[in-house]
Amino acid sequence: MEHSPPPFFKTGPTPLARLLIFSALSFAFLVADVRFNYLVTLREVAAVIIYPFQRIATTPASIARRIGDFFVTHGSLREDNARLAQDNFGNAALLLQLEALRTENAQLRELLSARSRPDLEFTAAEVLYAARDPFTRKVVLDKGSQDEVRAGQPVVDNRGVVGQVTRVYPWLSEVTLVTDKGQFVPVQNLRNGLRAVLAGTGGDGALELRFIPLNADFQNGDQLVTSGIDGVYPAGLPVARVTQVERSAAQLFARITCTPLGGVANYAHLLIVNGNRELPPRPAAEPKSPRPKKSRKG
Amino acid sequence: MADSRFAPHVILLPVRISFIVITLIAALLANLLPWSGAALWVKPDFVALVVLYWCIEQPRKFGFIAPWLLGLFMDVADGTLFGQHALSYSILAYAGIVLHRRVLGFTGTAQVVHVVILLLMNDLIVLAVRALAGADFPGFQYFIGSFVAGALWLPLGVLLKLPQRPIMDPDHV
Repeated sequence: MEHSPPPFFKTGPTPLARLLIFSALSFAFLVADVRFNYLVTLREVAAVIIYPFQRIATTPASIARRIGDFFVTHGSLREDNARLAQDNFGNAALLLQLEALRTENAQLRELLSARSRPDLEFTAAEVLYAARDPFTRKVVLDKGSQDEVRAGQPVVDNRGVVGQVTRVYPWLSEVTLVTDKGQFVPVQNLRNGLRAVLAGTGGDGALELRFIPLNADFQNGDQLVTSGIDGVYPAGLPVARVTQVERSAAQLFARITCTPLGGVANYAHLLIVNGNRELPPRPAAEPKSPRPKKSRKG
Repeated sequence: MADSRFAPHVILLPVRISFIVITLIAALLANLLPWSGAALWVKPDFVALVVLYWCIEQPRKFGFIAPWLLGLFMDVADGTLFGQHALSYSILAYAGIVLHRRVLGFTGTAQVVHVVILLLMNDLIVLAVRALAGADFPGFQYFIGSFVAGALWLPLGVLLKLPQRPIMDPDHV
């Protein structure tokens, strides 16, 4: 061990004093962050400082992935190509119909004077890493507020909804996956139009429908799509498939387990949906009401 | 590990501050690697490990500011509550500084046991903060990383002492 000066020389505050100072600071930060959502600026400053390190740390993996892509065998490329050509051929017929159906739908909506469905725009982003927090289900994307990503935007992949942007930094954004505990998606059963709220459970690849009456018509294999009534998720995006329905008379609600359709556990390219949805204006508050009711937030 | 203390003929050079900084940055980068799946559970918290190492080995040159700042950076990178790692690393640093004489008095496995207990305490602090904020217990695999870190403790000690070893001059006896 190295020779150090004897402790009767001045060495600054004692470790206990320093511990108290720093834990008090940390506690103040925690409370400010959890309770009041302050410190957004401080978080962004820290995010900008650590950004180069994050890029350096994730670069080898993405280079390795690209090198892996480069050494694809001729056979698998040919296989892929044949499959894609076949898919494309199959989809082409559907696309032809889609165009006609879209026009027809627009006309019908016009006849009914219903609101037209907005066209969705997507921003492609790459998953840099899954957040190393065992308590939540999050991934970090390589697009941030510099690319016009805003908190609250839905994130999808080629199979369905993956999550929602919950925090935006200048060049990165955090996406909370649908499997996160406390992440809710308003959905609709594609088969019969029943609406429900889909909640994440915190486990990988398990979702559940909350507060569904015992006699509600949900069956194994039902596909759930976003209902669009929340003003966040555009209507009609596939979210999950019902995998298990348990009805027991001892409980008030049916226990319905679903698996997400989107690849929530995959490292892939994701699409951030920027649907500028023109929501109808909020109804004006009643000018005068005899008994003002207590309104809850949210 | 033990030789530097129990073989008095090897006197280590003083550690350079720049070397401490480099090891901390390396630990931060190791934590920031895109871990996923099972590796995420097995992965030790490298920053906690290196912070604890320097607190035990160099309590005079290593204070609370570096662990605290690194904790804030880890919080931002992981998208966790702002300050949870800062708090746990500060307490870890305190425990390391206070217990450094005791830990260095042991060798081999006994030292590893101390380190594992300190790192588990670090995990428990994070767990407590998250539980207060309303999270569920993630399962016992949450603690695996600290045991892996304990296994890395002795190799880390040898590795981080290499730059302190005096260069032997064969012409000079």
